[in-house]
Amino acid sequence: MNVISTTTSLAPPAVFEINHVFLVIGLLVAFLVIKTLKDKGHPKRYSTALFWGLFGNVFLFGDISITLFGEQVTHVWVGFSVIAIALLAGFGYVSQGTYEQLSEQQKKQSADSIGNKLFIPAVLIPIITVISTVLLSDINLFGLYLFDQQHITLGALTLACLVALLVGWRYTGGSPLIAVGESRRLVDSIGWAAILPQMLAMLGGVFIVAQTGDSIKELVTLFVTPENKFMLVVIYCVGMAIFTMIMGNAFAAFPVMTAGIAMPFLIEMHGASPAPLVALGMYSGYCGTLMTPMAANFNIVPAALLDLNDKYQVIKVQIPTALMLLTFNIVLMYWVIF
Amino acid sequence: MTELNLLPLIGIVVVVAGFAFRFNPLLVVTLAGLITGWAVDLDWLSLISTFGEKFMNARQLASLLLILPIIALLERYGLQQRAKDWIASIKSVTSARILMVYFVVRECSSALGLLSLAGQAQTVRPLLAPMALGAAANTYGPLPKEIQDKISAHAAACDNIAMFFGEDIFIAFGAVLLMDAFLRENGIQGIEPLHIGLWAIPTALAALIFHCFRLARLEASLSQDVQKYIQQKQETSVVEGEMQ
Repeated sequence: MNVISTTTSLAPPAVFEINHVFLVIGLLVAFLVIKTLKDKGHPKRYSTALFWGLFGNVFLFGDISITLFGEQVTHVWVGFSVIAIALLAGFGYVSQGTYEQLSEQQKKQSADSIGNKLFIPAVLIPIITVISTVLLSDINLFGLYLFDQQHITLGALTLACLVALLVGWRYTGGSPLIAVGESRRLVDSIGWAAILPQMLAMLGGVFIVAQTGDSIKELVTLFVTPENKFMLVVIYCVGMAIFTMIMGNAFAAFPVMTAGIAMPFLIEMHGASPAPLVALGMYSGYCGTLMTPMAANFNIVPAALLDLNDKYQVIKVQIPTALMLLTFNIVLMYWVIF
Repeated sequence: MTELNLLPLIGIVVVVAGFAFRFNPLLVVTLAGLITGWAVDLDWLSLISTFGEKFMNARQLASLLLILPIIALLERYGLQQRAKDWIASIKSVTSARILMVYFVVRECSSALGLLSLAGQAQTVRPLLAPMALGAAANTYGPLPKEIQDKISAHAAACDNIAMFFGEDIFIAFGAVLLMDAFLRENGIQGIEPLHIGLWAIPTALAALIFHCFRLARLEASLSQDVQKYIQQKQETSVVEGEMQ
């Protein structure tokens, strides 16, 4: 077993290192767990706390565990945690708690007294993220970078959130600790959907190990008549959309479908032009992203964030545009690639 | 004849079936992983370890959590109310117009690579949805929950669609680099990321036209919904009146 881990020490040191960002997320989740345990009116207090505790552990102790015990041991305990997380969510042991909130009237009063300054911290997040990504990414004092060179945007986002929190504190009088406590309401309403993208990344990894892509290739060749150019285009585009719906991510579908259909049949056999082929193929996948709950960050999380009665309503609104664009992609692709 | 090996596809079947039966997606995805590993004879420990490794390597996907404290704090002090009031002070504004303007700005900025400029947690919940709702309340008066949900869902959809179909024009974006790397790996030379980015423009324009057309119709459908709601309310109050 290889005990020495080199993955983290290769990158140049930085203030906003990716591991530090993970620690911040871990601390945030740990605080939410404590708040959940203190919430006496919570219907599923202990199991919900356990769910988020298992999740937060991976952020708090993941990197320390790799340094102390090696990757093998760490990956195994994280793997078991993931299964426990799935079981807790799957059998309904995770729920929302109770939250102290100001009344509508109090909120209105405070909004009127603070005024448009309330917008400033919210607007600061994107502005600082973009500006520091562009201007501060190369800052390097005595060999110490400001941002992790491989994760500049994430470092910049963390910095932006910290600054916005301080400015928000100044304008509203609510301390960062109150802010984190308040965020439990939002985190709980998102619930398990916050973890789904990571779970799908995990499933994608298992599919690669199991060589699922090769099987899809074989399966697709059974249904395609290689002479029919139009059907090949349709199968590639619709296949990209459907496989993206299953995997929740067009990036996961792209290599499989492109290697399986586009490369052998459209490019090699019929001499299709590669640039429009891949561009429109990827966009066909994005049409799938709009139509699936598996793309939780885009489709399920917003439904929770906006307190919609129907958690599929965002998807329902998106389907007509997605289908129109998928048709457009198919027609355009057939027209331009040959 | 070559033997067709369909066993690795069992995970996909599990995902589709699990979703059809409305099981919790976390459970479905984990089961799909376990069953796929079992179907291809992976030993248990390395399967669990693959789970852990991939889950850890995808931790940056949880960065959404970083944004929530500040948004939650601002909401406690009335951010949404402020957004509504501000829009209410502009008389000519309608929900559809706000969403259209947002769509155009979001798609353009996303084409310039400024993806983190907005998002569901940062802009849609605290600002865009309350503004669209405020404008609708301006036009129609207080609205029932279904109509509010319809407007909010459209706000979320605007952010997704505008961002998705703008981002591939920006050549340094991950998707374009992924496509470029894929072509190179498969021995296709002479394609620059710029070519791929250019071919994203027609679909980006189509997305803009199709979706703005739908938003223009949204306004009409909202006023219909509101009329239906008012009619229903009158009918029920008439019925209640007769009962007494």
